Amino acid sequence: MSQASTPDHVEHVLDVDALIDDRSIRILVCCGSGGVGKTTMSAAIGLRAAERGRRAVVLTIDPARRLAQSMGLVELDNEPRRVAGVDGSAGGSLDAMALDMKRTFDEIVEAHSDPERTAAILANPFYQSLSSSFAGTQEYMAMEKLAQLSRQAQNEGTWDLIIVDTPPSRSALDFLDAPERLGSFLDGQFIRVLIVPSRKGARAGLRVFNAGMGVVSGVLDRILGAQVLEDVRTFASSLDAMFGSFRERADATYRMLKEPGTTFVVVSAPEPDALREAAYFVDRLSVDALPLAGLLVNRVHRPLTTAITADAAAAGAERIEAMLVAEPSAEASADDSPEDSLRLTSAMLRLHAESARRFQREIRLVDRFTAGYESIPVLLVDALAQDVHDLEALRRVGQMLGSGQPT
Amino acid sequence: MDPQLHVVTGKGGVGKTTVAAALALALASDGGRVLLAEVEGRQGLAQLFDVAPLPYAEVRLAPAPSGGEVVGLAIDPEAALYEYLDLFYRLGPAGKLLRKVGAVDFATTVAPGLRDVLLTGKIYEAVGQRRAGRQEYDAVVVDAPPTGRITRFLNVGSEVSGLAKVGPIRAQADAITSLVKSSRAVVHVVTLLEEMPVQETADGITELESAGIPIGRVIVNGMRTRWLDAAQRAQMAGLDSDATALKHHAAKTAATLKHLGMARPVGSAKSMLDEAIRHEARLEQEDEQLAAVHALDARAAELPWIDDGVDMAALLELATTLRTAVVNA
Repeated sequence: MSQASTPDHVEHVLDVDALIDDRSIRILVCCGSGGVGKTTMSAAIGLRAAERGRRAVVLTIDPARRLAQSMGLVELDNEPRRVAGVDGSAGGSLDAMALDMKRTFDEIVEAHSDPERTAAILANPFYQSLSSSFAGTQEYMAMEKLAQLSRQAQNEGTWDLIIVDTPPSRSALDFLDAPERLGSFLDGQFIRVLIVPSRKGARAGLRVFNAGMGVVSGVLDRILGAQVLEDVRTFASSLDAMFGSFRERADATYRMLKEPGTTFVVVSAPEPDALREAAYFVDRLSVDALPLAGLLVNRVHRPLTTAITADAAAAGAERIEAMLVAEPSAEASADDSPEDSLRLTSAMLRLHAESARRFQREIRLVDRFTAGYESIPVLLVDALAQDVHDLEALRRVGQMLGSGQPT
Repeated sequence: MDPQLHVVTGKGGVGKTTVAAALALALASDGGRVLLAEVEGRQGLAQLFDVAPLPYAEVRLAPAPSGGEVVGLAIDPEAALYEYLDLFYRLGPAGKLLRKVGAVDFATTVAPGLRDVLLTGKIYEAVGQRRAGRQEYDAVVVDAPPTGRITRFLNVGSEVSGLAKVGPIRAQADAITSLVKSSRAVVHVVTLLEEMPVQETADGITELESAGIPIGRVIVNGMRTRWLDAAQRAQMAGLDSDATALKHHAAKTAATLKHLGMARPVGSAKSMLDEAIRHEARLEQEDEQLAAVHALDARAAELPWIDDGVDMAALLELATTLRTAVVNA
């Protein structure tokens, strides 16, 4: 990266190669708001790590079709699969999977209930809605899958690096908050109260409370229709055996994120909204004492030369256009440049002026972010000319993240 | 009859909020009163119009040409729930109990579909709102959830059908669904000329259509200026594989740059030619995506890329384009 194109306030450049070469790091979480290229970054980091000798697994969430194909993710069975075409000469390997949230939820239920009860839960309409459409389920299941992969890595030595992509929520913070929300609902007072009537020998204190709850559930019954609460009640009773475990699991996974060996990479784009979300996330990580490796600013539009500034280019184009209007043929012959060539040069100057202005704006936005977070390592990643369609393209992204620009 | 409810969706990051705001200005620009609502708790409207965070109340956001105005509303599911409960049940202290035991959390975040009913219910109410014998709002524009969730969001009737089989929620959901599926409502899909947003636009339209929800315009946002004309593009496309021609162009460009007194004319000429070749490659991809957009909507609207952040002047400029391409189309 040339000096001129580095934002003023970036004191430390994020060194992704150093990060993936650090064997003490076992979990790398890529987070950020939706639409910044998190999944591509996760996959590229995974591939680069594998080719530098790590035995890596990438957990992707909702990958674009072609990105999934580029990693051979055609069998969506919610289990990691070996990615073919990875250079394993350094002793590494790459596995990848796309999260199936409903299936992950089903598996938790299966693991904690007998077959009969499992069948009852899976058939419950409330469970079906919860497991396939609740806004927080995807986040919770991503955490759950991460915990599973981590256990497998530790017990069986399958992998030494897990890279997690996070769900494409509008807000980056959902990933941290949704599991807690779902966990506390499933394990909370509300559900407990709902199922109390089905338990025998409720204590006296509870009875008074239950009177109040009677009013509450009466209202909810009327609003939602009695069937809904009945479904929730049945669901909750079937899950009774698992109570406690939900909250505990969410807490345990959250604790795992705080352990040494886990680190977060925040992915953003040089746009105000994405950088604002990145700032929220960085603050949150700091409040929760979660480890931050640095910020990747993806999709930076870098002009190929900085010798001519935006203003100089625009002024030059104007001069050529004025010459062409004033005396097209005379100017052309005087300069021995045919008119077409002048027109082309003026078009190229306009184009360059626009790219240089855009880049200036992007750098200004990154500067504004880094001014508040001077100690955070930052890496600017150039926009790709094309979406990632194959492993080779993913490898080139990895090169940009590592030692330098692709050739 | 002109549609009264305009729902603006699109993949995350394509500029939905900006387009929704510009559309509201366009609809208000012959003296109309237009409500612009957001539903995702992001305070995107306050940021865009550079005003304090919006409360759960209708607030004037901006004047529009010819005496029109745009009113903003940030719909919050929890506030909508309390409003709803007050309206139907006069709960009083029981409302506090609801919150305490987590029933409010349950209703606004966990209960499937209920959150959407609360949000769309408020929109439904705004569309029907009347004052002094006439419509309160000439149009309602919604900065809606992204394409991936839009059908579920609007099709609340079928979303809650498996759950709430009776009761006021059911009735409310059904009323919303019939509005959304009528000629009084329309869904516009915003995209960029990039592969994934265009693909998502196509998928979203298929889903909306199969749910019987009427589609408005596809709106291409962030269209960049095409600096090269057809002849120049053809030249650039050929340069990649023609070293002699590249050398020839580089020499001529360098001469012109030198004549203009530019710094490092030889190196700059080479880089600028590479930039032009890259630009041409990008235009080719954009053409491909534009063709895909036109297959979805032959009269898709096109909005220019805004160079230096979206301000009021830029919004009004976009509104002028949308007025021709969407409102009067």
